[in-house]
Amino acid sequence: MATALDAVGRPATDAPTDLSAAELRRRLDARELSAAEVTEAYLARIAALDPDLRCYITVMADVARAQAAAADDRIARGEAGPLTGIPVALKDNLCTTDADTTAASNILRGFRSPYDATVVTRLRGGGAVFLGKANTDEFAMGSSTENSAFFTTRNPWHTGRVPGGSSGGPAAAVAAGEAALGLGSDTGGSIRQPAGFCGVVGLKPTYGRVSRYGLLAFASSLDQIGPFARTVADAALLLGAIAGQDPMDATSAPEPVPDFAAALAGDADLRGVRIGVAAEYDVDGMEAGVKAAVDAAVGRLADLGAEIVPVRLPHTKYALATYYITAPAEASANLSRYDGVKYGLSVESETLRETYERTRGEGFGAEVKRRIMLGTYALSSGYYDAYYVKAQKVRTLIKRDFDQAFARVDAIVAPTSPTVAFPIGARTDDPYQMYLSDVFTIPANMAGIPGLAVPCGFADGLPVSLQILGKPFDEATILRLGHAYEQSEGWTDRRPDLP
Amino acid sequence: MPAPNDLLSVFETVIGLEVHAQLLTKSKMYCGCSAAYADAEPNTHVCPVCLGLPGALPVLNRAAIEYCLLTGLALDAEIPPACKLDRKNYVYPDLPKGYQISQYDLPLCVGGWLRFSSGGEERRAGITRVHVEEDTGRLVHRVDPGGAEESLVDLNRSGVPLMEIVGEPDLRSPEEARDYLIALRQVLRYIGASTGSMEDGAFRCDANVSVRRIGDPEFGAKVEIKNMNSFRAVERALRFEQERQQAALLAGETVAQETRGWIEDRGITVPQRTKEQAHDYRYFPEPDLPPLAVDESMVAGVRARLPELPATRRSRIAADYGLGPNEAALLTEERAVADVFEAAVGPPGDAASARVAANWIMNDLVGLQRQRGLPPETLPLDADQLRDLLAALAAGELTARAAKEVLPQITRGERPRDAARRLNLLSLDDDAAVRAAVDETVAAFPAAVADYRGGKTAAIGRLIGETIKRTGGRARPETVRAVMEDVLRKDNG
Ligand SMILES: [Zn+2]
Repeated sequence: MATALDAVGRPATDAPTDLSAAELRRRLDARELSAAEVTEAYLARIAALDPDLRCYITVMADVARAQAAAADDRIARGEAGPLTGIPVALKDNLCTTDADTTAASNILRGFRSPYDATVVTRLRGGGAVFLGKANTDEFAMGSSTENSAFFTTRNPWHTGRVPGGSSGGPAAAVAAGEAALGLGSDTGGSIRQPAGFCGVVGLKPTYGRVSRYGLLAFASSLDQIGPFARTVADAALLLGAIAGQDPMDATSAPEPVPDFAAALAGDADLRGVRIGVAAEYDVDGMEAGVKAAVDAAVGRLADLGAEIVPVRLPHTKYALATYYITAPAEASANLSRYDGVKYGLSVESETLRETYERTRGEGFGAEVKRRIMLGTYALSSGYYDAYYVKAQKVRTLIKRDFDQAFARVDAIVAPTSPTVAFPIGARTDDPYQMYLSDVFTIPANMAGIPGLAVPCGFADGLPVSLQILGKPFDEATILRLGHAYEQSEGWTDRRPDLP
Repeated sequence: MPAPNDLLSVFETVIGLEVHAQLLTKSKMYCGCSAAYADAEPNTHVCPVCLGLPGALPVLNRAAIEYCLLTGLALDAEIPPACKLDRKNYVYPDLPKGYQISQYDLPLCVGGWLRFSSGGEERRAGITRVHVEEDTGRLVHRVDPGGAEESLVDLNRSGVPLMEIVGEPDLRSPEEARDYLIALRQVLRYIGASTGSMEDGAFRCDANVSVRRIGDPEFGAKVEIKNMNSFRAVERALRFEQERQQAALLAGETVAQETRGWIEDRGITVPQRTKEQAHDYRYFPEPDLPPLAVDESMVAGVRARLPELPATRRSRIAADYGLGPNEAALLTEERAVADVFEAAVGPPGDAASARVAANWIMNDLVGLQRQRGLPPETLPLDADQLRDLLAALAAGELTARAAKEVLPQITRGERPRDAARRLNLLSLDDDAAVRAAVDETVAAFPAAVADYRGGKTAAIGRLIGETIKRTGGRARPETVRAVMEDVLRKDNG
């Protein structure tokens, strides 16, 4: 059973580092707080906690202070936007001109991008404050940050546990009060799974909703940037700031961007909403505490008036396997550019071939090499049809499962992960066990649909997360459901008990 | 060993050409950088996309797609309703992403053929496919001040739009291959898709060549030849290769299937390092670019831009204006030159004046063009100027001789008649001036005058010529003849 609410963590306080972004916005606009004060509070907390938690690869203190001062000017002029003066953590695979972008890889140690990612440009334009570049598994390949070439981030709820991954850095930062909001990327669950492990809200938007320009590519047909926040409303706020078509990304969609925050207004009455539950998400190896918390959450949604409808997603069981063909295949090409010729690590040797081999041999970690090899193999002549082509066919079937289900329901709920955060080191020797932690999140990437992770209780003192999957470009509905659920419980008002 | 001519009755040569042509778009294939990199400082026409920086994404250049479709339509190719782009994976320092975005199994254009003339005969050769891709950067090898060899990468060319035109193995001789290439280049220039310049690397050709005994149903081993940088090089390399393979077969050897490079200054082909041949490019669909729907309205829009093509224009101009096949071929070699001809002459009618115009273009204007080093599509006169010149000649306001003198002195946009007036070269319509010149001539050449009067009327030719010379070529021969006859007759009486 989920642990009683009072038994885990502490209630949120009035400190700026505990407040939601929406509440910070209100206080900044009311001049009860200045952006400088908010930023200093966050920088102080980073200074206090991060030597232990290690959420950040680079802390951008000087940039943050300058942005905070500019934000205060802007607020004084009455020109504040929703994110003006709000401190944000950026996953270190998003290009920034004023801090290095490493993807937590030795091959990009010290790399400074000459351009900003589109999401960074949009946040900059909105007056957000960048606290730093947060940790990730190397090139976003992993589920625990243990594949970071630099260090492993610790889970704020239990520092012996992983924060999840790959976006474990921003997830842990938001959970620990080291950032009000975070941006991550999700290729197979890299936002939702760490959001779940860290007890925060995480959203993978519909593929094409947010520009990928300036996101260091892992698997181009699956990658999507999305928000971390302490509340669903905050996630809606951040999504609104980054969503929308970008001429620099041909896969970004022309769909209009609704006012996500406004979609949350109104009461929590879910009558008339049909929510699907799929038996395929009840797998062996799911922890009892997770199942109990998720079942309770489904019950709560029913209490709020939603109709719970069984749906079938028969191809779910193939998602993991097809993902581990598709994603490495794309990655094997995406990572070819890191060759020691133009930027990043270069181990110059006698011959060109040796330079390539030594640069990549020394620059990439074991998991990245494993995926490059997997992907290269899957694309090789003689194997391409059996692996890559077949995986794309299965991918179409997975998408069709969702299309058919969404003809009958408005959203589908499932656990975000089969387990709570596992101990650091527990799965590093067994890649397959590590891959299994994304078994519930991968299908949404394969189908391109949006998925929201919302805290739904605790098991063994660690957060459990409810995943709400939606129709393509219907983030508004899953945000509304997540918000209604969140308001009916109190999980997102809890904070990890840190010094 | 039999003489080469006999070999042709024993062996058949089979040639297929793969042409890469740079497209004349303003910007690159997948980014907004200028594609006009020729004279730029290294690495100045670059951006995150064509540098292959982390996180950069390609965006398809519609103009390049349209040029490729235009080429496909010009070659009577089929345009499938959907196409996609693919990643071709290989690693080299001039390829910043580590893959080239090209097209694998769903190209923009499929099938088709090229009409061309070779050896005085009209031929046609099949086209397998036409697709778009991106050019690579360039490596510059040099010796640094310390004496060490170094290789530098210039990425200005990286991402410049390329079109690959794959031909069927329908060509049977090196000459035919050359004529095919010339005709293909001409089509690309007509439709404005490419400069077709081999010297600048905007038009590159690889050849597949094999030799088999006539009657053999199977093709011989295919040898791919690279590094040919001119039409002449293509022809020479193919001839060398043809003879090399024939000799091997005659000697009972087998021809290895391989890639060979043409060494221009030695006039031979040599085997190239074969790392490319064993290469598995691991093509897969480019996930950063959605598949491209080519709908009928897009094709119709491009088709509307298709000009009259060289082969059609050549035969039409020959028929309409009564010109010979060689004259028509010369006039239509460049679309802009043919345009000047047709605009200056107007609708077909008077064959004689069309011929005058053709002669002026092919002799005087092209001569002056070469002298001035102008590109082949740029004549020294535009159509309006040529029309004015032809009208002045027809009306006798300018003599042919004076016209040739005026021509190089005509300034940009100046009417030839204005230039002639400025230079005082218009025909003399002043009878008194002609009369004076005639009188001078008669006085200066008493012997010729006596001959004429003595019945040798042919002597008047010399007197007329001398008179025209005295007027600086401005006097019209007919006028001089009339006045001269009048004077000689009168003085006689
Ligand atoms: Zn560029």
